[in-house]
Amino acid sequence: MTESTIDTTEVAKFEAMAAEWWDPRGKFKPLHMQNPCRLDYICRQIAAEFDRDLSQQRPFEGLRLLDIGCGGGLLSEPMARRGAEVVGADAAAGNIPVAEVHARQGGLDIDYRHTTAEALAAEGETFDVVLNMEVVEHVSDPAAYLTACRRLLKPGGLMICSTLNRTMRSFGAAIVGAEHIMRWLPRGTHDWRKFITPDELYSLLRQAGLDPVDRQGMVFNPVTWQWSLNDRDLAVNYVTTSLNPAR
Amino acid sequence: MDNAGSAAIFGGMAHDTDVLIAGGGLNGCSLALALAQAGLSVTLVDPLPAKARGDAAFDGRSYALSVASTRALKAIGLWPQLADEAQPILGIRVSDGRAGQGPSPLSLTFDHAEIEDGPMGHMVEDRHLRPALLDAMAREGRLTQITGVATTAQEVDASGVTVTLSDGRRLTAAVLVGCDGARGPTAGRAGISRTGWEYRQTALVAAVGHERPHGGIAHQFFMPEGPLAILPLSGNRSSIVWTERRDRADRINALSDEDYLAVLRPRFGSFLGDLSLAGDRYTYPLGLGLANAFVADRVALAGDAAHRVHPIAGQGLNAGLKDVATLAEVLVEAMRRGEDIGRIDVLERYQAWRRFDVTTLAVATDGFNRLFSNDNAVLRLGRDLGLGLVNRLPGLRRGFIREAAGLTGDLPRLLRGQPV
Repeated sequence: MTESTIDTTEVAKFEAMAAEWWDPRGKFKPLHMQNPCRLDYICRQIAAEFDRDLSQQRPFEGLRLLDIGCGGGLLSEPMARRGAEVVGADAAAGNIPVAEVHARQGGLDIDYRHTTAEALAAEGETFDVVLNMEVVEHVSDPAAYLTACRRLLKPGGLMICSTLNRTMRSFGAAIVGAEHIMRWLPRGTHDWRKFITPDELYSLLRQAGLDPVDRQGMVFNPVTWQWSLNDRDLAVNYVTTSLNPAR
Repeated sequence: MDNAGSAAIFGGMAHDTDVLIAGGGLNGCSLALALAQAGLSVTLVDPLPAKARGDAAFDGRSYALSVASTRALKAIGLWPQLADEAQPILGIRVSDGRAGQGPSPLSLTFDHAEIEDGPMGHMVEDRHLRPALLDAMAREGRLTQITGVATTAQEVDASGVTVTLSDGRRLTAAVLVGCDGARGPTAGRAGISRTGWEYRQTALVAAVGHERPHGGIAHQFFMPEGPLAILPLSGNRSSIVWTERRDRADRINALSDEDYLAVLRPRFGSFLGDLSLAGDRYTYPLGLGLANAFVADRVALAGDAAHRVHPIAGQGLNAGLKDVATLAEVLVEAMRRGEDIGRIDVLERYQAWRRFDVTTLAVATDGFNRLFSNDNAVLRLGRDLGLGLVNRLPGLRRGFIREAAGLTGDLPRLLRGQPV
């Protein structure tokens, strides 16, 4: 077998995996369903903090953005389309070529890297915006992890962090509902004991040297089958914004 | 592509244009304008040469625009050009009639005082609406028009849709919108079939002058042959939409102007004095059609391409403008979040928002037409009683008015008169 044949087979495999990541009815359907709601929150927070007009063509032009746990690029691609300079990082090596193939198909220029927040911080990389979505409940030492995230932010930079609350309802929704009944997620995806309440997250963020400024619930409505942001209901999924204080 | 302003800003410059619209009728033009104003680059392709599209005699119809449609036209900046010629509809009178007998005593009256703001809608003539749209489009930098050219093929891949034109050009876009009418080819090429039937009825359309002022009142007479609508235009003129069985309509249409009026007079009645023709006569065969889906991967349908309804309640263009407002809002919101606007999950939001409404409209107008296009004595008594009953129940009547005015349901921003 020649080298080019191997490459072609590999590319075909990655293309198939990218198609799977991006299939709205496929394996990652729950993420696709939640994505508009997450993007609404992210776009509004960035626009407010950096004084950008979302009706412009590329409002995030000039902002350097890191997407931690980028997977197939479900957040990285929209951010690149809005004009941000995007680095997508994932600890799972297999996701990187998949995300790369998909970005190329759409003509998007995104810097995908097989790395971690801690490694990027050690390299001295800094960003205007860090997206830290549904990662913190999976790490073994949230305090150390969030400190690394703070080091990745430029002074005045903004981090958006979402996770799952530790309530009876989140046990019902995320473990029993999503994993056992709907089979949206493989069993064992989440360990409910590692879920973090909003107050616990706020004190972890402050401990990491960040200044939490906003929190909202993301609520799934089983009648309209849609996610929406909610000021009061943070019982299951919620999202926060914090700032790295300017020195 | 010759217009620098129309370079796609979307998808990392991967496409020639963000949105390609097939069909430059009223819906296609309104959609193109709304999207370009909101920041997307748009290319509109229409098979008619530019000159024919601008020709005043091209389409003799008038439209009963609902309050919501009027707001949408205001939001896209067309109203200043239309306001002078638009005739406010101040009331609607619905009655059951038989030729030579005039309307039955049990009739249904809707009055604009029963809804909160202003008239129930406006009558706007195609010869005014079309030039207003074309002028506004010519001023919009993000909008390119390609006229005198048809689409001949379309091909979807992971990142976009490629459309081939009859002059051999190939254009890529993030999404293709078929505004190409009830027989337009965009749907079929996307694998979407249509369900429907012909009514074996034809609408005879003309503008008539009359001696007495209409007072802004629209009339709908239900005749056994089909409904006759008399819709107020500016001055002492009205637009008639006169529905007849197809064979009779063909015979009436072949008559001289004088004989045509002679057949119309007993149906119209004498309440506005003597009648004369105030323009050319037109005929439109009627049918009902509903696309089995409004979207496919990177393709959306709007207007008659998605649904062709009986014009009985004047809801054809109003339904089309609802599509336009909804699709524009879905696409613009997706653009603002950085989503790929042609993805099926984005387009399905448009379908979910519109489909229930449209199916209800198609079934309701079809049922209305079947109920009223009939001379069965029992049905006639039943519908007379029904009209009388609705007239006596203010709550129910107000519900009908709000529905006809397009003010019910979860309205997209354009229909509330706001920019997208």
